Amino acid sequence: MHKRVTFKGWLLPLCLIAPQVFISAVFFFYPAGQAVWQSLFIPDPFGLSSQFVGLGNFEFLLSDPFYRASFLTTAIFSILVTLAAMVPALFLAVLADRLIKGAGTYRTLLIWPYAVAPAVAGVLWLFMFNTRVGVVAWYLGQLGYDWNHVLNGEEAMGLVVVASAWGRISYNFLFFFAGLQAIPRSVIEAAAIDGARFWRRFFTIVLPLLSPVTFFLLVVNVVYAFFETFGVIHTITSGGPQQSTTILVYKVFSDGFVGQDLGSSSAQSVILLVVVGLLTVIQFKYIERRVHY
Amino acid sequence: MKKLTFGAFVAASTILTPLAAAAQTEIQFWHAFTGRLGELVAEQVETFNASQSDYTVTATHKGNYSETLNAGIAAFRAGEQPHILMVFEVGTATMMAAEGAIKPVYEVMADAGAEFDQSKYIGSVKGYYTAPDGNMLSLPFNSSTPVLWVNRDKLEEAGIDPDTDLSTWENVGAVLDELKTAGVDCPLTTAWQSWIHLENFSAYHDVPFATQANGFDGLDTELAFNGPAQVAHISAMGEWAQDGKFFYAGRRNEGGANFRSGECALFTESSAGYAGIKSEAQFDFDVRPLPYWEAVADEPQNTIIGGASLWALEGHEAEDYAGVAAFMNFLSSPEIQAKWHQDTGYLPITAEAGELTREQGFYDENPGTDVAVIQMTAKEPTDNSKGLRLGSFDQIRGIIDEELEAVWSGDKSAQEALDSAVERGNQLLRRFEQANG
Repeated sequence: MHKRVTFKGWLLPLCLIAPQVFISAVFFFYPAGQAVWQSLFIPDPFGLSSQFVGLGNFEFLLSDPFYRASFLTTAIFSILVTLAAMVPALFLAVLADRLIKGAGTYRTLLIWPYAVAPAVAGVLWLFMFNTRVGVVAWYLGQLGYDWNHVLNGEEAMGLVVVASAWGRISYNFLFFFAGLQAIPRSVIEAAAIDGARFWRRFFTIVLPLLSPVTFFLLVVNVVYAFFETFGVIHTITSGGPQQSTTILVYKVFSDGFVGQDLGSSSAQSVILLVVVGLLTVIQFKYIERRVHY
Repeated sequence: MKKLTFGAFVAASTILTPLAAAAQTEIQFWHAFTGRLGELVAEQVETFNASQSDYTVTATHKGNYSETLNAGIAAFRAGEQPHILMVFEVGTATMMAAEGAIKPVYEVMADAGAEFDQSKYIGSVKGYYTAPDGNMLSLPFNSSTPVLWVNRDKLEEAGIDPDTDLSTWENVGAVLDELKTAGVDCPLTTAWQSWIHLENFSAYHDVPFATQANGFDGLDTELAFNGPAQVAHISAMGEWAQDGKFFYAGRRNEGGANFRSGECALFTESSAGYAGIKSEAQFDFDVRPLPYWEAVADEPQNTIIGGASLWALEGHEAEDYAGVAAFMNFLSSPEIQAKWHQDTGYLPITAEAGELTREQGFYDENPGTDVAVIQMTAKEPTDNSKGLRLGSFDQIRGIIDEELEAVWSGDKSAQEALDSAVERGNQLLRRFEQANG
């Protein structure tokens, strides 16, 4: 069935993959190996002494109900961020795809937020929702809603989700938009001639044909929500109020770089690595089946 | 082999001799100050460099307190550590436990043969940074203590005598009632809740924050701030929060914006808030001593400090440390200290500097600026009021913040929250003990 193009000999293919292997080794395997190794110790911050504790760090973490609770917080946060980053992006892409005039301007404007660093995005949203001077908080106050994410955990969660997802909408938009452009017009036109209206065409033709892009974005966004959002959390809530926005990666950061507890921090990154690895495997095993390439 | 070594020695000495004669010894100093404070530090360093010709101090800003400490630790691991590192007070136990990474200040001074009279330093300031044997391990640099800031105009508008006695929480409670009745949205707010309402509260009422003299006597210390005095205070604050009399603005000093804009009537914040409040407040304000509960103590003990101190790091040449000693003695001199105290609102670290400030008439021209000094020095510190020496304390403060938020939002009672904070904090103390034991 498949037509295979193969290399003769080993040298050329090895040379071709060497840069990727090298980069993975230096920036992934080496640090990940270090994290696994360090997770077995309780070191002092200055690296003067270090005690082997075996799985002690993992035991310490998993017996802590607050750490276990942050798994649930992370799950809620990641699902919300992924949804909030993908659904509006798809919606905007569909709208932009239908545009004839000025499409370039819209696209450029929609991509802008992606250039804003997460920590800066966090500060921007914090300003808007600041309980005292924030514009949005003020309007909510006019409507009789007393916004206070400093003490209200659900509001804090909502705010960090929106701030984290905002910049990602642009990224996802780009991919969805490119995906939509790649769908052959003839297929859609044929459906239209058969009498299928816009939404029916969208759900029966566009969405299935877009599934490879959607699947790719799902994986990438989940990874983003797990790993890259700590800047937003750090600037907006520092994990609070109480522990309502303490996601796993934020705890890795704060225990390691604020608390100087490198053993626990390493153990947490190992746990995080395993969790995301499992998630990705699950995604590929069960969701990819429904993807049509 | 011998020849080679000798040759190398000759070569090295010929190369190095002229250099050593010409160049001054460079002293690296890493600090955490930006803005106005950064300028003032730079000014101190310039004055020192101009005052003598043996040493050049190079000051480098390394980010906020946590980032500066991290930079110092990372540099030490890489063998590139500065001579002097600024470390905030909660990092004290981490530094103290790092034997082999730090060189205690009293040793630096003794080795350099520098004059060093430890009794010149104010007890309650240096106490935070001394070993159980009374020797100073680091040099206090910027120290402040919490006080009560009063918006006099707000009190007057609410029909309250602005000179009313606010020295006890009992009186403050009554004033909060009146403010609330008068329709004030924010009767009371605070900055740094753990530092002011638990750490300083405990010292001020002479009750332990942790066992083993708040950690001064050993790493096997356990938290003890869930005692009846603290529970009563947090309980009262919790009720005030529920009744809209205490407005919680955030974990750090977010409340400062609410006070400076004139929204809040009372504000518990560091004495170093002076510069900001003075420049921004469009109302008449007062500095008052931190209130205490008459029901808990007949009269208050002293409060404790917050801020940072300077640590000398190991791994440099003996003559470098002579430079470190000279710089530290320069910083401690009455003139430099008095200027620093008056420019920043931080406490003077020596009694002489305080007296000089008084002689110069600063306290008369700026009433209230001596409240913090008096509050710190009125009494000889006890085991409960020398300070805190707890490992992983930055994280423990984070836990306390979380639990206090549960009280302010009404999710937990004060007793439940403080019990939980003690239990969670103790786990971190045990880990710290294990890592450094």
